[in-house]
Amino acid sequence: MSNGKITIYVDDVEVETEPGKTIMEACDASGIYIPRLCYHKDLIPGGHCRVCTIKVNGKPTNACTFPAQEGLVVENDTDELKEFRRNIIEMLFVEGNHVCPYCEKQGNCELQALAYRLGMIAPTYPYLFPKIEVDASHPDVYIDRNRCVICGRCVRASRDIDGKSVFGFVGRGNDKHIAVNAEHNLSETQLTAADRAADICPTGSIVVKRTAYKVPYGKRMYDQEPIGSDIEKSAKV
Amino acid sequence: MAKIKVATAHMAGCFGCHMSLLDIDERLVKLIELVDFDKSPIDDIKKFSGKVDVGIIEGGCASQENYEVLHSFRKHCSILVAVGECALTGGIPAMRNTVPLKECMEEAYLKGPSVVDGVIPNDPDIPLILDRVYPLHEVVKIDYFIPGCPPPADAYWQVLTALLEGKEPVISYEALKFD
Ligand code: SF4
Ligand code: SF4
Ligand code: FES
Repeated sequence: MSNGKITIYVDDVEVETEPGKTIMEACDASGIYIPRLCYHKDLIPGGHCRVCTIKVNGKPTNACTFPAQEGLVVENDTDELKEFRRNIIEMLFVEGNHVCPYCEKQGNCELQALAYRLGMIAPTYPYLFPKIEVDASHPDVYIDRNRCVICGRCVRASRDIDGKSVFGFVGRGNDKHIAVNAEHNLSETQLTAADRAADICPTGSIVVKRTAYKVPYGKRMYDQEPIGSDIEKSAKV
Repeated sequence: MAKIKVATAHMAGCFGCHMSLLDIDERLVKLIELVDFDKSPIDDIKKFSGKVDVGIIEGGCASQENYEVLHSFRKHCSILVAVGECALTGGIPAMRNTVPLKECMEEAYLKGPSVVDGVIPNDPDIPLILDRVYPLHEVVKIDYFIPGCPPPADAYWQVLTALLEGKEPVISYEALKFD
């Protein structure tokens, strides 16, 4: 278009944006929340988790990686997609060991908050109860892969922001997990508690030690309002 | 109008979910006007008097006795409600699920640092422990779930009053918690 703007249609709402933006960025700027887990605004989108699945001109794709183009017709807040997203969240719960009652991320965890927002009361899939070791070797940060959702935020943050590449993916499929760039464990890496990779995990998998339970129950990040409310409130009228 | 009959049971949990039910405070008086408690630790009635409208179960299914109680509740209760993280997911007791049962028993009764002349208990009066702790809905059909550790009193109130009114229960955002 002549003013350099383009328009996409999200659940029949006109969203104006610029070429080069993704559908996620266009929607965020217009106050439309698309659920997401591996996406973080400070990182290059990874497109791993598929929680942001939308339909573009009828075909499912990732909102966090799909470029906005003039005239695209996007489905986002539909029963079908909500159900699909809730199923992904449920699978992440049963594939790991998520015991929220003693998790240090409780109340501030994006996985938990997505479960609330998407209406997961109890998972309907069988729990797998995998045996996973905790790595608490580092003096200031631990990694508890029981709660890892393989979103790769730590990988991208360590590589692209901290310039250290402390974390990386290894294995495929069900065996895929996060490895640390060291012979044995986290204490042998260059990671520090001040690194972006140490505080960018959406779950309680990578946690800075001695920071938990500072905010009381009822006042934590997602206690009163669902995840995404900040984006929805920023809606341009 | 006949009062609605409610039964409750405690399995592999900490009784916190029962305590949270009492946390509905003065609303308890209103609840008592609407319901009669049947088999429950609240009134210490040990046996079902007959068919019950609503059964509420706290805790996961971890032993042969839990298994039998759970099936007996399913048989006697028209509506079965699982309450709390242990009932819904196995919770803290399910931390043993990643360790084979034999190793668990050996660690507790033979190899533990404070064990002297240890022996793994095998008395007919002690319920046999299951291979792992099961979320209740993996054993019997559960009709409704109230998550939380323990569930907030408001979550109880919202679900119970809806069921008493014959409505579909909805837990408000602020009362929906897994912790
Ligand atoms: S990481 Fe989140 S979902 Fe998992 S146990 Fe912790 S609070 Fe619960
Ligand atoms: S450790 Fe955290 S940030 Fe890294 S992949 Fe797992 S969930 Fe994502
Ligand atoms: S947020 Fe888009 S794939 Fe994870």
